[in-house]
Amino acid sequence: MKKPEPVTQVKRRRDLALNVIVNQVPYINFLGVTFDRHGDELTATMRFHENLIGNPELPALHGGATAAFLEISAIVGLAWASLWDEIETERLNVKLLQAGELVLPKTIDFTVDYLRSGLPRDAYARARVNRSGRRYASVHVEGWQDNRDRLFAQASGHFLMP
Amino acid sequence: MNKKVSSKAQQFIESIPHSRNLGMRVVEIGDGKAVVEMPYDPTLIGDPVTKVLHGGAVSALMDTASGAAVVSHQAAGVGTATLGLRIDYMRSATPGQAITATAECYHVTRTVAFVRATACDTDIDRPVATATGTFTVSTAQK
Repeated sequence: MKKPEPVTQVKRRRDLALNVIVNQVPYINFLGVTFDRHGDELTATMRFHENLIGNPELPALHGGATAAFLEISAIVGLAWASLWDEIETERLNVKLLQAGELVLPKTIDFTVDYLRSGLPRDAYARARVNRSGRRYASVHVEGWQDNRDRLFAQASGHFLMP
Repeated sequence: MNKKVSSKAQQFIESIPHSRNLGMRVVEIGDGKAVVEMPYDPTLIGDPVTKVLHGGAVSALMDTASGAAVVSHQAAGVGTATLGLRIDYMRSATPGQAITATAECYHVTRTVAFVRATACDTDIDRPVATATGTFTVSTAQK
């Protein structure tokens, strides 16, 4: 039987692949969104910043910032899920990805459901790929803040696969 | 809506931190209609290969224009919040060009405002995206 790969090596390869996806997109950095990885599960974080406010009186997050955060989570989650097999079998050519060969899925439509107003705090999101075909994919995203069971927004969308 | 009110509404929208952060400018606002422009900026790129703006930035523009259309409607009150927003992306925006969203609040009930919006780059005959949204209505207690 083949000896299992050392854990540090596996983690390094997975994190490298994730960083390549995330760091190449300027808008992810603009919004201040980061990703935490546990195995293949990704959690996106949008750290609170005054620039994300849409209603200064409440104050509340801008609906557009929430929409963008969920859309970023969906695209990165989908790209990550579709690269996963290549990452695990060491077929992934990180050099090519870093050289700008990474083609991300394109949004066809995206529907956001605002459940409660976004508080001036960090926000989290996780995407679930419900269907991923050769051409189209359907992704659902849940967003929450302090309490995982109290979603402040959810979204679903269709994407065109690269 | 007269010019004075319009410029006040314009200031109101342009003072929203997130909209200001994205460089949005109100071109026109009043009577349930709003036109908001967002300049192209490399920090808003979503596709590193083609340099096309991220859909999220377009969503933020659509949401701002739609919300502006709602607050400028005489029956909708002063503040609003988005309930639902659906965006269809018809094509990639041309890199380097500003995006302009035109939103129209076409129906208002006591509790909900309905909006549709279209986003274009300089080729106004081929929209980049369309959106429909529902927003809260905050009239004084009835």
